[in-house]
Amino acid sequence: MRIILILVVAWALAGCKDSAHAPTVIRFWAMGREGEVVRQLIPDFERAHPDIRVEVQQLPWTAAHQKLLTAFAGEALPDVAQLGNTWLPEFAALHALDPVQPSVIDASDYFPGIWQTNVIDHVAYGVPWYVDTRLLFYRRDLLAEAGYAAPPTTWSEWTDMLRAIKQRAGPDRYGALLPLNEYEPLLAFALQQEAPLLRDGDTRGNFRSGDFQRALRFYREMFDNGFAPATNANQISNVWDEFARGSFTFYITGPWSIGEFKRRLPASLQASWMTAPLPGPEGASYSIAGGSSLVVFRDSPHKAAAWQLVQYLSQRDVQLRFHELTGNLPPRRSAWNDEGLRNDVHARAFREQLERVKPASKVPEWERIATDMQLVVEHMVQGSGLTIEEAAAEIDRRADRILEKRRWLLARKEQP
Amino acid sequence: MKLNWAAWAFVAPALIVIAVFFFLPVLAGFALSFTDFDIYALADIDNLRFVGFANYLELLQTPLFWKALGNTLYFVGVGVPLSIAASLGAALLLNSKLARFRPFFRVALFAPVVTTLVAVAIVWRYLLHTRSGLINYGLESLGLAPIDWLGDPRWAMPAIILFAVWKNFGYNMIIFLAGLQSIPEEHYEAARIDGASSWQQLRYVTLPMLRPALLLVAIITVSGYFQLFAEPYVMTQGNPLQSTVSVLYFMYQEGFTWWSLGRASAIAFLLFALILAATLLLLRWNRRVETA
Repeated sequence: MRIILILVVAWALAGCKDSAHAPTVIRFWAMGREGEVVRQLIPDFERAHPDIRVEVQQLPWTAAHQKLLTAFAGEALPDVAQLGNTWLPEFAALHALDPVQPSVIDASDYFPGIWQTNVIDHVAYGVPWYVDTRLLFYRRDLLAEAGYAAPPTTWSEWTDMLRAIKQRAGPDRYGALLPLNEYEPLLAFALQQEAPLLRDGDTRGNFRSGDFQRALRFYREMFDNGFAPATNANQISNVWDEFARGSFTFYITGPWSIGEFKRRLPASLQASWMTAPLPGPEGASYSIAGGSSLVVFRDSPHKAAAWQLVQYLSQRDVQLRFHELTGNLPPRRSAWNDEGLRNDVHARAFREQLERVKPASKVPEWERIATDMQLVVEHMVQGSGLTIEEAAAEIDRRADRILEKRRWLLARKEQP
Repeated sequence: MKLNWAAWAFVAPALIVIAVFFFLPVLAGFALSFTDFDIYALADIDNLRFVGFANYLELLQTPLFWKALGNTLYFVGVGVPLSIAASLGAALLLNSKLARFRPFFRVALFAPVVTTLVAVAIVWRYLLHTRSGLINYGLESLGLAPIDWLGDPRWAMPAIILFAVWKNFGYNMIIFLAGLQSIPEEHYEAARIDGASSWQQLRYVTLPMLRPALLLVAIITVSGYFQLFAEPYVMTQGNPLQSTVSVLYFMYQEGFTWWSLGRASAIAFLLFALILAATLLLLRWNRRVETA
């Protein structure tokens, strides 16, 4: 017995002595390509902070959400993580996130729409790491053949161009590609309207509003007029091949497509594709504020060190290196003043659009509502006989059901 | 008495493991299915509400649940007979006296069972590819139009059935093979002397003698096929147009994508009830055939 006691004491003492010298280890979870590439940025950080060591773990995007929630339930969250900014409200509702102290990060340098995605009830819970928004990728040559020198800025201009393209292209080719299994294009049109997507303190759907129905009508007419094929992305085996073949002139997609188009389109086409801000109902308008943020978890035992890592990854120069490695677009205006980015003709439209981005509703249930919205709309477009009013009412009905718990929680909070 | 005590002591480790890792979670899941456990409840257990049968009632009014159930029944209804027929056919061929290189074919036909599902599902995704897939290449060389296997709502489920049957038939084949080998040769001799054709031998000797094996295989296959999940998860993610969402895939989405664990548990118990009903039906059918 005594021997065991001595051993335990000796081990405990040894442990104490060790930890005095051992560096603080920060566990950092990042997703997909970012998780792979961020390792290259860590050595510089560790050199500047010899007392901190960073352990990066890479998660696949498809499993990341489950893994993070399961880790929360099992109290096994890391210190720092990359979080898709639509997931932020969920983790804020779980009280899992450590608020951002104003002394750590200067918010004024960030694009306001992007920064807002991290703010819930006036508290910022994450620092944008890279941004994502949706805008037009288009074929300049095909647009010129249809008689237009510049991309559209308004819905009506765009409609005219799509009609002209469709007339030239025939039945197998289209003006635009809006994959039916992605809710982002419709959401972007909806965000260009005044009316919010949820009402009554984000407790009920507001899809029956005239504004949303206007966006939905515009979206639907794309398919009804034959401007866009009623297909989903899985049915198109290779978007880049189809784009190269001229199967469609416009494609609404995000920043990662810049790199993909440069890599996958044939050299002969490289001069004929371009990006443009999303056309709005009456001129330049909003698109979706998306992207990923860096968060520190509330239960982390090394919060100070964790924030140092976030601070480091948010530095202008580090963001530029990260951009070079991944093609991800930085969320800080000062990083965009860099010559390389300023001269990137394909990134220019993003710079312009990023000044006009809006977050979708910041409730934990949002992604589910958006997914249901797209399912209803997909059925409508595929010809289930739903009218625009009926589809809007159906989305409202589903949203109200999903938000039932939220209404109950808020009502309970109001009671004394 | 003493003997009894010793017996309990011997089975205790197994019982404890089963209780802790099986009965307890099942009971907890059953309790969960009467609550609205979600991420709000995960944040603060005070946000948990007891909802009685609301999850079950709501599920019965959810179109996607019925769609998932329909898809699953389609998969079971077509997949199980096909799978049993393939296993039985392969077993009969292997058991035939004319068969040569028997050990080789036994291993070759059993091989899909021991492969990793996710890996072969990815291989099958290549085989089923609309443009560059081997299967469409074959169709085209026969002069048929290519099929968009995983992108067309009408063909996605048949493609998954094809894959599942190929993946699973080897296991049942081995059971059938064992059953076939235990049928005494005298029965066939007697049948031949009576002038039975080989079809009649199959119909009146082989199949009745195989009935216990058939029942076992049917129950295993039905309950296995009801739990369709990994195939759509890897190959289609429930798409296109939710035509490959199975009940279990629906449960997974509710539970782990949306974290509505209350509803997910309710789905699990509905599926359990369904499998139980199907199994009882099979047993009853077997009893009727036996007494008839």
